[in-house]
Amino acid sequence: MDTYYKPEDLAKFEEIGKEAPDLARKFFDYYNAVFAEGALTEREKALIALAVAHAVQCPYCIDAFTQGCLEKGSNVAEMTEAVHVVTAIRGGASLVHGVQMRNIVQKISM
Amino acid sequence: MNPGQALQEIGAAERPLDPFRQTLARQALQLERGRTTTLQINVGLLCNQSCRHCHLGAGPDRQENMSTETAEEVIAYAERSGFDIIDITGGAPELNPNIQTLIKQLYSLAPRLMIRSNLSVLNDRERDELTGLLKDRRVVIVASFPSYNEAQSDSQRGKGVFQASIDALRKLNAMGYGQSGTGLELDLVSNPTGAFLPTPQGQMEQRFREVLKKKWGIVFNHLYSFANVPLGRFRQWLLQSGNLESYLQRLASRFNPCAVEGLMCRTLVSVSWDGYLYDCDFNLARDLPLGGTRTHVSHMEGPPEPGSAIAVGDHCYTCTAGAGFT
Repeated sequence: MDTYYKPEDLAKFEEIGKEAPDLARKFFDYYNAVFAEGALTEREKALIALAVAHAVQCPYCIDAFTQGCLEKGSNVAEMTEAVHVVTAIRGGASLVHGVQMRNIVQKISM
Repeated sequence: MNPGQALQEIGAAERPLDPFRQTLARQALQLERGRTTTLQINVGLLCNQSCRHCHLGAGPDRQENMSTETAEEVIAYAERSGFDIIDITGGAPELNPNIQTLIKQLYSLAPRLMIRSNLSVLNDRERDELTGLLKDRRVVIVASFPSYNEAQSDSQRGKGVFQASIDALRKLNAMGYGQSGTGLELDLVSNPTGAFLPTPQGQMEQRFREVLKKKWGIVFNHLYSFANVPLGRFRQWLLQSGNLESYLQRLASRFNPCAVEGLMCRTLVSVSWDGYLYDCDFNLARDLPLGGTRTHVSHMEGPPEPGSAIAVGDHCYTCTAGAGFT
Protein backbone atom coordinates (compact mmCIF):
# COMPACT_ATOMS: atom_id res chain seq x y z
CA MET A 1 0.00 0.00 0.00
CA ASP A 2 1.66 3.20 -1.21
CA THR A 3 -1.00 5.52 0.21
CA TYR A 4 -3.88 5.21 2.67
CA TYR A 5 -6.26 7.35 0.56
CA LYS A 6 -7.21 6.27 -2.98
CA PRO A 7 -10.06 7.94 -4.94
CA GLU A 8 -11.32 4.55 -6.18
CA ASP A 9 -11.85 3.43 -2.58
CA LEU A 10 -14.85 5.73 -2.33
CA ALA A 11 -16.68 3.41 -4.73
CA LYS A 12 -16.19 0.63 -2.16
CA PHE A 13 -18.06 2.55 0.54
CA GLU A 14 -21.16 0.36 0.14
CA GLU A 15 -19.09 -2.70 1.03
CA ILE A 16 -19.18 -1.43 4.59
CA GLY A 17 -22.70 -2.89 4.69
CA LYS A 18 -21.53 -6.47 4.09
CA GLU A 19 -20.82 -7.33 7.71
CA ALA A 20 -23.58 -5.25 9.30
CA PRO A 21 -26.27 -4.59 6.65
CA ASP A 22 -28.97 -3.43 9.07
CA LEU A 23 -26.71 -0.82 10.62
CA ALA A 24 -25.47 0.31 7.19
CA ARG A 25 -29.02 0.64 5.88
CA LYS A 26 -30.04 2.70 8.91
CA PHE A 27 -27.00 4.92 8.47
CA PHE A 28 -27.57 5.53 4.74
CA ASP A 29 -31.32 6.07 5.21
CA TYR A 30 -30.55 8.61 7.93
CA TYR A 31 -27.83 10.23 5.80
CA ASN A 32 -30.15 10.62 2.82
CA ALA A 33 -32.91 12.05 5.02
CA VAL A 34 -30.48 14.57 6.52
CA PHE A 35 -29.50 15.95 3.10
CA ALA A 36 -33.04 16.23 1.74
CA GLU A 37 -34.58 19.70 1.44
CA GLY A 38 -35.99 20.78 4.81
CA ALA A 39 -35.82 23.95 6.89
CA LEU A 40 -32.41 24.35 5.23
CA THR A 41 -32.03 24.10 1.47
CA GLU A 42 -30.01 21.32 -0.16
CA ARG A 43 -27.51 24.02 -1.20
CA GLU A 44 -27.06 25.21 2.40
CA LYS A 45 -26.69 21.66 3.68
CA ALA A 46 -24.05 20.89 1.06
CA LEU A 47 -22.08 24.00 2.12
CA ILE A 48 -22.20 22.90 5.78
CA ALA A 49 -21.07 19.41 4.75
CA LEU A 50 -18.19 20.85 2.72
CA ALA A 51 -17.01 22.93 5.67
CA VAL A 52 -17.25 20.02 8.10
CA ALA A 53 -15.44 17.78 5.59
CA HIS A 54 -12.48 20.15 5.89
CA ALA A 55 -12.65 20.15 9.70
CA VAL A 56 -12.64 16.35 9.85
CA GLN A 57 -10.15 16.31 6.95
CA CYS A 58 -11.97 13.63 4.95
CA PRO A 59 -10.68 13.64 1.34
CA TYR A 60 -13.61 11.52 0.15
CA CYS A 61 -16.10 14.00 1.61
CA ILE A 62 -14.18 16.99 0.20
CA ASP A 63 -14.30 15.39 -3.28
CA ALA A 64 -18.00 14.53 -3.09
CA PHE A 65 -19.18 17.80 -1.55
CA THR A 66 -17.06 20.07 -3.75
CA GLN A 67 -18.94 18.61 -6.71
CA GLY A 68 -22.15 18.60 -4.67
CA CYS A 69 -21.85 22.30 -3.77
CA LEU A 70 -21.20 23.30 -7.38
CA GLU A 71 -24.16 21.25 -8.60
CA LYS A 72 -26.42 22.69 -5.89
CA GLY A 73 -25.63 26.19 -7.11
CA SER A 74 -22.87 27.47 -4.84
CA ASN A 75 -19.89 29.21 -6.37
CA VAL A 76 -16.23 29.02 -5.41
CA ALA A 77 -16.37 32.29 -3.41
CA GLU A 78 -19.18 30.94 -1.23
CA MET A 79 -17.42 27.61 -0.81
CA THR A 80 -14.17 29.33 0.18
CA GLU A 81 -16.01 31.40 2.80
CA ALA A 82 -17.57 28.21 4.20
CA VAL A 83 -14.08 26.72 4.62
CA HIS A 84 -12.98 29.92 6.39
CA VAL A 85 -15.95 29.64 8.76
CA VAL A 86 -14.93 26.16 9.85
CA THR A 87 -11.29 27.25 10.04
CA ALA A 88 -12.23 30.14 12.32
CA ILE A 89 -14.16 27.80 14.62
CA ARG A 90 -11.38 25.24 14.62
CA GLY A 91 -8.70 27.87 15.25
CA GLY A 92 -10.88 29.63 17.80
CA ALA A 93 -11.42 26.36 19.64
CA SER A 94 -7.67 26.07 20.11
CA LEU A 95 -7.21 29.69 21.04
CA VAL A 96 -10.02 29.83 23.58
CA HIS A 97 -8.29 27.02 25.49
CA GLY A 98 -5.59 29.60 26.11
CA VAL A 99 -7.90 30.79 28.90
CA GLN A 100 -7.29 27.45 30.65
CA MET A 101 -3.57 27.89 30.15
CA ARG A 102 -3.78 31.36 31.65
CA ASN A 103 -5.89 30.10 34.58
CA ILE A 104 -3.26 27.47 35.39
CA VAL A 105 -0.43 29.97 35.03
CA GLN A 106 -2.23 32.30 37.46
CA LYS A 107 -2.86 29.50 39.95
CA ILE A 108 0.70 28.28 40.13
CA SER A 109 2.53 31.55 39.72
CA MET A 110 3.45 34.15 42.32
CA MET B 1 -25.84 14.82 -2.60
CA ASN B 2 -26.05 11.46 -0.91
CA PRO B 3 -23.49 8.70 -0.54
CA GLY B 4 -25.33 6.32 -2.86
CA GLN B 5 -25.41 8.94 -5.61
CA ALA B 6 -21.79 9.95 -5.11
CA LEU B 7 -20.72 6.32 -5.14
CA GLN B 8 -22.70 5.52 -8.25
CA GLU B 9 -21.23 8.46 -10.18
CA ILE B 10 -17.63 8.06 -9.09
CA GLY B 11 -17.75 4.29 -9.51
CA ALA B 12 -19.34 4.72 -12.94
CA ALA B 13 -16.22 6.50 -14.21
CA GLU B 14 -14.51 3.10 -14.21
CA ARG B 15 -17.04 1.56 -16.65
CA PRO B 16 -17.13 1.95 -20.48
CA LEU B 17 -19.86 4.25 -21.81
CA ASP B 18 -22.91 2.51 -23.31
CA PRO B 19 -23.89 3.95 -26.73
CA PHE B 20 -26.91 6.26 -26.37
CA ARG B 21 -29.07 4.24 -28.76
CA GLN B 22 -28.35 1.10 -26.74
CA THR B 23 -29.46 2.84 -23.55
CA LEU B 24 -32.73 3.85 -25.24
CA ALA B 25 -33.29 0.28 -26.45
CA ARG B 26 -32.57 -1.20 -23.02
CA GLN B 27 -35.25 1.05 -21.53
CA ALA B 28 -37.67 0.25 -24.39
CA LEU B 29 -37.73 3.93 -25.36
CA GLN B 30 -38.47 5.26 -28.86
CA LEU B 31 -36.93 8.59 -29.84
CA GLU B 32 -38.76 9.93 -32.86
CA ARG B 33 -40.23 13.23 -33.93
CA GLY B 34 -43.49 14.63 -32.66
CA ARG B 35 -44.98 17.73 -34.30
CA THR B 36 -42.12 20.10 -35.13
CA THR B 37 -42.99 23.51 -33.73
CA THR B 38 -39.62 25.28 -33.53
CA LEU B 39 -37.21 26.42 -36.21
CA GLN B 40 -33.74 27.14 -34.87
CA ILE B 41 -31.51 29.13 -37.19
CA ASN B 42 -27.77 29.10 -36.65
CA VAL B 43 -26.54 32.10 -38.64
CA GLY B 44 -22.85 31.31 -38.19
CA LEU B 45 -19.88 30.76 -35.94
CA LEU B 46 -18.54 34.32 -35.94
CA CYS B 47 -18.48 35.58 -32.35
CA ASN B 48 -16.71 38.32 -30.40
CA GLN B 49 -15.98 35.78 -27.64
CA SER B 50 -14.20 32.41 -27.54
CA CYS B 51 -15.97 30.70 -24.63
CA ARG B 52 -14.29 27.55 -23.34
CA HIS B 53 -17.60 25.70 -23.05
CA CYS B 54 -18.75 26.47 -26.63
CA HIS B 55 -19.89 23.25 -28.33
CA LEU B 56 -19.40 24.88 -31.75
CA GLY B 57 -15.98 26.46 -31.18
CA ALA B 58 -17.32 29.86 -32.24
CA GLY B 59 -14.97 32.84 -32.17
CA PRO B 60 -13.67 36.00 -33.87
CA ASP B 61 -11.68 34.07 -36.48
CA ARG B 62 -14.50 31.82 -37.70
CA GLN B 63 -15.53 32.45 -41.31
CA GLU B 64 -18.80 30.44 -41.32
CA ASN B 65 -21.59 33.01 -41.67
CA MET B 66 -25.03 32.75 -43.31
CA SER B 67 -25.15 34.45 -46.73
CA THR B 68 -27.99 36.67 -47.96
CA GLU B 69 -29.08 33.94 -50.38
CA THR B 70 -29.29 31.29 -47.64
CA ALA B 71 -31.06 33.75 -45.32
CA GLU B 72 -33.71 34.25 -48.02
CA GLU B 73 -34.09 30.46 -48.40
CA VAL B 74 -34.53 30.09 -44.64
CA ILE B 75 -37.14 32.87 -44.54
CA ALA B 76 -39.04 31.18 -47.39
CA TYR B 77 -38.91 27.85 -45.49
CA ALA B 78 -40.30 29.51 -42.36
CA GLU B 79 -43.08 31.08 -44.43
CA ARG B 80 -44.23 27.78 -45.95
CA SER B 81 -43.87 25.79 -42.70
CA GLY B 82 -45.73 27.79 -40.05
CA PHE B 83 -43.62 27.32 -36.92
CA ASP B 84 -44.76 28.39 -33.43
CA ILE B 85 -41.27 29.48 -32.41
CA ILE B 86 -38.28 30.76 -34.36
CA ASP B 87 -35.01 30.79 -32.44
CA ILE B 88 -31.96 32.60 -33.89
CA THR B 89 -28.55 31.55 -32.61
CA GLY B 90 -24.84 31.50 -33.54
CA GLY B 91 -21.94 32.38 -32.82
CA ALA B 92 -23.07 35.84 -31.98
CA PRO B 93 -26.05 36.24 -34.34
CA GLU B 94 -25.84 40.00 -33.92
CA LEU B 95 -22.66 39.94 -36.04
CA ASN B 96 -24.29 38.44 -39.13
CA PRO B 97 -24.80 41.19 -41.74
CA ASN B 98 -28.29 39.80 -42.53
CA ILE B 99 -29.56 39.80 -38.96
CA GLN B 100 -31.83 42.86 -39.29
CA THR B 101 -33.40 41.48 -42.47
CA LEU B 102 -33.98 38.13 -40.73
CA ILE B 103 -35.66 39.84 -37.76
CA LYS B 104 -37.85 42.03 -39.96
CA GLN B 105 -38.94 39.11 -42.15
CA LEU B 106 -39.31 36.43 -39.49
CA TYR B 107 -41.15 38.27 -36.72
CA SER B 108 -44.49 38.06 -38.49
CA LEU B 109 -43.99 34.38 -39.39
CA ALA B 110 -44.17 32.90 -35.86
CA PRO B 111 -45.91 33.93 -32.63
CA ARG B 112 -42.58 33.81 -30.79
CA LEU B 113 -39.25 35.03 -32.19
CA MET B 114 -36.16 34.57 -30.02
CA ILE B 115 -32.51 35.59 -30.37
CA ARG B 116 -29.65 34.10 -28.35
CA SER B 117 -27.17 36.72 -27.21
CA ASN B 118 -23.83 36.57 -25.41
CA LEU B 119 -24.70 40.06 -24.03
CA SER B 120 -21.21 41.58 -24.41
CA VAL B 121 -21.77 42.10 -28.14
CA LEU B 122 -24.74 44.37 -27.37
CA ASN B 123 -22.53 47.00 -25.70
CA ASP B 124 -21.06 48.07 -29.03
CA ARG B 125 -22.81 51.26 -30.20
CA GLU B 126 -23.02 49.69 -33.66
CA ARG B 127 -25.65 47.35 -32.19
CA ASP B 128 -27.98 50.14 -31.00
CA GLU B 129 -30.07 50.05 -34.18
CA LEU B 130 -30.42 46.26 -33.83
CA THR B 131 -31.44 46.41 -30.14
CA GLY B 132 -34.00 49.06 -31.07
CA LEU B 133 -35.37 46.70 -33.72
CA LEU B 134 -35.49 43.79 -31.23
CA LYS B 135 -37.49 45.97 -28.84
CA ASP B 136 -39.79 47.23 -31.58
CA ARG B 137 -40.58 43.68 -32.80
CA ARG B 138 -40.86 42.28 -29.26
CA VAL B 139 -38.13 39.74 -29.90
CA VAL B 140 -37.37 37.56 -26.86
CA ILE B 141 -33.72 37.86 -25.80
CA VAL B 142 -32.18 34.68 -24.38
CA ALA B 143 -28.87 35.71 -22.85
CA SER B 144 -25.89 33.65 -21.72
CA PHE B 145 -25.10 34.34 -18.07
CA PRO B 146 -23.41 31.25 -16.61
CA SER B 147 -22.59 32.45 -13.11
CA TYR B 148 -22.89 35.48 -10.86
CA ASN B 149 -19.33 34.84 -9.74
CA GLU B 150 -17.05 37.09 -11.79
CA ALA B 151 -13.91 34.93 -11.60
CA GLN B 152 -15.69 31.73 -12.61
CA SER B 153 -17.64 33.47 -15.36
CA ASP B 154 -14.55 35.16 -16.82
CA SER B 155 -12.62 31.91 -16.64
CA GLN B 156 -15.23 30.35 -18.92
CA ARG B 157 -16.06 33.28 -21.22
CA GLY B 158 -12.98 35.52 -21.24
CA LYS B 159 -11.55 38.32 -19.12
CA GLY B 160 -13.90 41.25 -18.71
CA VAL B 161 -16.94 39.44 -20.14
CA PHE B 162 -18.71 39.29 -16.78
CA GLN B 163 -18.68 43.07 -16.31
CA ALA B 164 -19.64 43.58 -19.96
CA SER B 165 -22.60 41.23 -19.40
CA ILE B 166 -23.72 43.18 -16.33
CA ASP B 167 -23.50 46.41 -18.35
CA ALA B 168 -25.57 44.88 -21.17
CA LEU B 169 -28.21 43.52 -18.78
CA ARG B 170 -28.58 46.98 -17.23
CA LYS B 171 -28.93 48.50 -20.68
CA LEU B 172 -31.62 45.95 -21.60
CA ASN B 173 -33.45 46.54 -18.31
CA ALA B 174 -33.38 50.31 -19.01
CA MET B 175 -35.01 49.61 -22.40
CA GLY B 176 -37.77 47.69 -20.58
CA TYR B 177 -36.46 44.16 -21.19
CA GLY B 178 -37.12 41.89 -18.20
CA GLN B 179 -39.41 44.49 -16.59
CA SER B 180 -42.92 43.38 -15.72
CA GLY B 181 -45.70 44.77 -17.87
CA THR B 182 -43.54 45.71 -20.85
CA GLY B 183 -43.97 42.50 -22.85
CA LEU B 184 -40.21 42.54 -23.46
CA GLU B 185 -38.95 39.14 -22.36
CA LEU B 186 -35.38 38.70 -21.14
CA ASP B 187 -34.36 35.16 -20.23
CA LEU B 188 -31.00 33.99 -18.91
CA VAL B 189 -29.13 30.78 -19.60
CA SER B 190 -26.77 29.44 -16.96
CA ASN B 191 -24.17 26.77 -17.72
CA PRO B 192 -21.86 25.15 -15.17
CA THR B 193 -18.42 26.72 -15.26
CA GLY B 194 -16.66 23.36 -15.57
CA ALA B 195 -17.04 19.58 -15.68
CA PHE B 196 -20.00 19.30 -13.36
CA LEU B 197 -23.75 19.24 -13.82
CA PRO B 198 -26.10 22.19 -13.47
CA THR B 199 -28.14 23.08 -10.44
CA PRO B 200 -31.85 22.24 -10.79
CA GLN B 201 -33.45 25.10 -12.71
CA GLY B 202 -35.97 26.22 -10.09
CA GLN B 203 -33.37 26.56 -7.34
CA MET B 204 -30.97 28.31 -9.69
CA GLU B 205 -33.55 30.80 -10.94
CA GLN B 206 -34.53 31.82 -7.40
CA ARG B 207 -30.88 32.31 -6.38
CA PHE B 208 -29.98 34.31 -9.51
CA ARG B 209 -33.06 36.49 -9.08
CA GLU B 210 -32.08 37.34 -5.50
CA VAL B 211 -28.39 37.97 -6.20
CA LEU B 212 -28.77 39.93 -9.46
CA LYS B 213 -31.40 42.18 -7.93
CA LYS B 214 -29.49 42.76 -4.70
CA LYS B 215 -26.01 43.31 -6.17
CA TRP B 216 -26.74 45.00 -9.49
CA GLY B 217 -30.46 45.86 -9.53
CA ILE B 218 -30.97 43.55 -12.53
CA VAL B 219 -34.28 41.81 -13.29
CA PHE B 220 -35.14 39.10 -15.78
CA ASN B 221 -38.07 36.85 -16.68
CA HIS B 222 -36.84 33.25 -16.66
CA LEU B 223 -33.60 31.38 -16.14
CA TYR B 224 -32.74 28.16 -17.94
CA SER B 225 -30.09 25.90 -16.48
CA PHE B 226 -28.30 23.73 -19.06
CA ALA B 227 -25.51 21.18 -18.88
CA ASN B 228 -22.44 21.77 -21.04
CA VAL B 229 -22.38 19.59 -24.14
CA PRO B 230 -19.17 17.58 -24.60
CA LEU B 231 -18.48 18.79 -28.12
CA GLY B 232 -16.30 21.44 -29.78
CA ARG B 233 -14.11 23.60 -27.58
CA PHE B 234 -15.63 22.20 -24.37
CA ARG B 235 -14.70 18.65 -25.42
CA GLN B 236 -11.14 19.79 -26.11
CA TRP B 237 -10.94 21.30 -22.64
CA LEU B 238 -12.39 18.12 -21.07
CA LEU B 239 -9.77 16.07 -22.89
CA GLN B 240 -6.85 18.35 -22.01
CA SER B 241 -7.88 18.63 -18.36
CA GLY B 242 -8.36 14.86 -17.95
CA ASN B 243 -12.10 15.25 -17.26
CA LEU B 244 -13.60 13.78 -20.45
CA GLU B 245 -14.29 10.19 -19.37
CA SER B 246 -15.56 11.08 -15.91
CA TYR B 247 -17.81 13.84 -17.34
CA LEU B 248 -19.31 11.53 -19.98
CA GLN B 249 -19.95 8.92 -17.31
CA ARG B 250 -21.46 11.53 -15.03
CA LEU B 251 -23.92 12.51 -17.77
CA ALA B 252 -24.75 8.86 -18.57
CA SER B 253 -25.19 7.94 -14.90
CA ARG B 254 -27.87 10.65 -14.61
CA PHE B 255 -29.85 9.27 -17.59
CA ASN B 256 -33.50 10.07 -16.91
CA PRO B 257 -35.91 8.04 -19.08
CA CYS B 258 -38.69 10.53 -18.30
CA ALA B 259 -36.68 13.30 -20.02
CA VAL B 260 -36.81 11.55 -23.42
CA GLU B 261 -40.39 12.51 -24.22
CA GLY B 262 -39.66 16.21 -23.71
CA LEU B 263 -36.38 16.37 -25.65
CA MET B 264 -36.17 19.44 -27.87
CA CYS B 265 -35.09 17.38 -30.90
CA ARG B 266 -38.60 15.90 -31.03
CA THR B 267 -40.13 19.29 -31.79
CA LEU B 268 -37.28 21.36 -33.28
CA VAL B 269 -35.46 21.53 -36.57
CA SER B 270 -32.14 23.32 -36.80
CA VAL B 271 -30.80 24.98 -39.94
CA SER B 272 -27.13 25.82 -40.23
CA TRP B 273 -25.43 28.86 -41.80
CA ASP B 274 -25.09 26.94 -45.08
CA GLY B 275 -28.77 25.94 -45.17
CA TYR B 276 -28.48 22.29 -44.18
CA LEU B 277 -30.84 20.78 -41.63
CA TYR B 278 -30.18 19.03 -38.32
CA ASP B 279 -32.21 17.63 -35.44
CA CYS B 280 -30.59 20.10 -33.04
CA ASP B 281 -27.69 22.54 -32.71
CA PHE B 282 -25.54 19.82 -31.09
CA ASN B 283 -26.01 17.46 -34.03
CA LEU B 284 -25.05 20.44 -36.20
CA ALA B 285 -21.82 20.70 -34.19
CA ARG B 286 -21.24 16.95 -34.73
CA ASP B 287 -22.35 17.20 -38.41
CA LEU B 288 -25.04 14.54 -37.89
CA PRO B 289 -27.66 15.59 -40.46
CA LEU B 290 -31.43 15.62 -39.95
CA GLY B 291 -32.63 12.04 -39.49
CA GLY B 292 -29.27 10.87 -40.88
CA THR B 293 -29.88 12.33 -44.37
CA ARG B 294 -28.18 15.50 -45.64
CA THR B 295 -31.02 17.83 -46.67
CA HIS B 296 -30.95 21.48 -47.75
CA VAL B 297 -33.63 23.89 -46.51
CA SER B 298 -34.54 24.80 -50.08
CA HIS B 299 -35.62 21.18 -50.67
CA MET B 300 -37.89 20.92 -47.63
CA GLU B 301 -41.61 21.39 -48.22
CA GLY B 302 -42.40 21.91 -44.57
CA PRO B 303 -41.48 20.72 -41.07
CA PRO B 304 -40.09 17.17 -40.76
CA GLU B 305 -42.88 14.59 -40.54
CA PRO B 306 -44.03 13.33 -37.12
CA GLY B 307 -42.61 9.86 -36.50
CA SER B 308 -39.46 10.49 -38.55
CA ALA B 309 -36.06 9.40 -37.26
CA ILE B 310 -33.75 11.52 -35.11
CA ALA B 311 -29.96 11.18 -35.38
CA VAL B 312 -28.29 10.49 -32.02
CA GLY B 313 -24.78 10.28 -30.57
CA ASP B 314 -23.22 9.97 -27.14
CA HIS B 315 -23.51 13.75 -26.66
CA CYS B 316 -27.28 13.11 -26.36
CA TYR B 317 -26.68 12.02 -22.75
CA THR B 318 -26.37 15.75 -22.03
CA CYS B 319 -30.05 16.31 -22.77
CA THR B 320 -31.26 13.29 -20.79
CA ALA B 321 -29.24 13.98 -17.64
CA GLY B 322 -31.52 14.88 -14.75
CA ALA B 323 -34.41 17.10 -15.70
CA GLY B 324 -33.29 17.35 -19.34
CA PHE B 325 -32.62 20.14 -21.80
CA THR B 326 -35.14 22.51 -23.39
